[in-house]
Amino acid sequence: MKKLVIAFVMAVLPAIALAAGPGVPLDKAPVNLRDQASLQRGAQMFVNYCLSCHSAQFLRYNRMGEDLGISDEQLKANMMFGTDKVGDTMTIAMAAKDAKVWFGNPPPDLSVIARARGADWLYTYMRTFYVDEKKPFGVNNAVFPDVGMPHVLWELQGMQKPVLHTTTAADGSSHTSITGYETVKAGTMTPAEYDAAVGDLVNFMVYMGEPTQLKRQELGVKVLIFLAFFFVLAYLLKKEYWKDIH
Amino acid sequence: MSTMKKVMAWVDERYPATQVWEEHLSKYYAPKNFNFWYFFGSLALLVLVMQILTGVWLAMSYKPDATQAFASVEYIMRDVDWGWLIRYMHSTGASAFFIVVYLHMFRGLIYGSYRKPRELLWIIGVIIYLAMMATAFFGYLLPWGQMSFWGAQVIVNLFAAVPFVGEELSVWVRGDYVISDVTLNRFFAFHFLLPFILAALVFVHIVALHKVGSNNPDGIEIKKNKDANGIPLDGIPFHPYYTVKDIVGVAGFLFLFSAALFFAPEMGGFFIEYPNFEPANPLKTPEHIAPVWYFTPYYAMLRAIPPLLGSQFPGVVVMFGAIAVFFALPWLDRSPVKSIRYKGPLFKIAIAIFVVSFVVLGWLGVQASTPAKTLLAQIFTALYFAFFFLMPWYSKIDKTKPVPERVTE
Repeated sequence: MKKLVIAFVMAVLPAIALAAGPGVPLDKAPVNLRDQASLQRGAQMFVNYCLSCHSAQFLRYNRMGEDLGISDEQLKANMMFGTDKVGDTMTIAMAAKDAKVWFGNPPPDLSVIARARGADWLYTYMRTFYVDEKKPFGVNNAVFPDVGMPHVLWELQGMQKPVLHTTTAADGSSHTSITGYETVKAGTMTPAEYDAAVGDLVNFMVYMGEPTQLKRQELGVKVLIFLAFFFVLAYLLKKEYWKDIH
Repeated sequence: MSTMKKVMAWVDERYPATQVWEEHLSKYYAPKNFNFWYFFGSLALLVLVMQILTGVWLAMSYKPDATQAFASVEYIMRDVDWGWLIRYMHSTGASAFFIVVYLHMFRGLIYGSYRKPRELLWIIGVIIYLAMMATAFFGYLLPWGQMSFWGAQVIVNLFAAVPFVGEELSVWVRGDYVISDVTLNRFFAFHFLLPFILAALVFVHIVALHKVGSNNPDGIEIKKNKDANGIPLDGIPFHPYYTVKDIVGVAGFLFLFSAALFFAPEMGGFFIEYPNFEPANPLKTPEHIAPVWYFTPYYAMLRAIPPLLGSQFPGVVVMFGAIAVFFALPWLDRSPVKSIRYKGPLFKIAIAIFVVSFVVLGWLGVQASTPAKTLLAQIFTALYFAFFFLMPWYSKIDKTKPVPERVTE
């Protein structure tokens, strides 16, 4: 058996080494689903900035309120702009057909986007819009090149342009990458404040992708404790039965 | 107690209840030396039952309709009471089923459980494996995510590679020129039907097993040594000995299964692929299409074989051949012994190469292909088949050890 394992590792190692590929490095999103204040700030940001073009059609307002500690009255007063029924899901008024004309592609529903793209991708995406006059909305994005979405949060972040670094390989081919950003126009937030705000937003979107995840993990702990206990009992029972088998 | 006996006597006159209980449990003698590898048969049965039950409950809220399928899965995840648990049991269960069955098959390989007189038992098992793969394939379309759609598109297009009738065949399978609502509907029908056929096949598998008796890690027939009453000396009644032992296996399995289900239901994109959280979009091909992990060894073989005259058919033949070759296994092994314990170094090297090939091919199948990886896939495809096709030769000349009369610890 040990020989099998060694043979396996030896055979697989070179294959894994081949796997590393290029791609924009993603920043780690500060996700903490137990930070209810952060989730509430993120939810506020989501309904203010995202929920006019993007829907979240699988999330109900009152489900969010229940999970995030927001009362129905608070929901109605601060977060609901398109409907007054707290049991409704987060839909939008914009027709997909119009959206296609305006943006090239209808903005996707964001209910499970954090599960499709990953929190780190979203966190990096919302922070790497940069000035690009060639694009219809005047901005481009580092992790989503030629994105159809405008920089919705530009008032908060301001506008930035990329610092480019070009390397030339031995064979003469050159490769340009973004090494950092310079502020072109300051926003209402400092860079640190903006990162924190986007962190809250992404935290909320991770919650939104699977509202039950905290409950799932809590139940999981109980189930595992029970099974560990049950395993010991089952093992002792087996030992008792098998004691006269030689 | 006597009332109970009377009831049983009444039943036994009309139905062989006590007789079945004795023949298949309380007086079914299994070798006493089963080890770790022998847990996976009963675990496979457990997972099958779990998949059928969770599947039926999912079907109560799922909508096999291209415009509603994706939303209905999210509805189950959010609005149906305990829907998320049932759904994760089912999605984690699909992967668990393959893990358990692959380990069960590996057990058969190393201890020679496919050898005479268990050829039919093995063949029925391979049929079960095929039925399982078909069930999993149909089921994977149902969430109607991007990978569901494009994965099904790739697989159904394989039929188009069949010479002459391919195009019509693939249209016939889909019921349309692309994967569409009608495809989703029929896949749902098949996904609901097949598990019951699977259950019937499992029943036949167990009937075959109880006819020939279980093999064991020593690969010797316990029926050769019986006591005065005709009971194998190395056999113990399945119930209660193996029922209580299997409960331990069940507890251990459920622990690992729950750890995955509650803490990593996506398993880093292997159990639920991330692109599947985007609804199916026939106009947007994902940059990289990969099937779920349990199909990837075969997918890697498919991609490894170069097309012939512009047709993918050779790849398709190799892919299905990789599964079909299991049917021939009982007649490829010419070794005088069954178990790896008494087989020689050649077999041990061969099976190590086979396992490495299967795992590496599985890994290659989730990667985007590059020339280097295609070459790797070709090498390991060749090694995979070499395990089978060279077996008549290396199993014959291999140095074996003497097999003991009775089972060992």
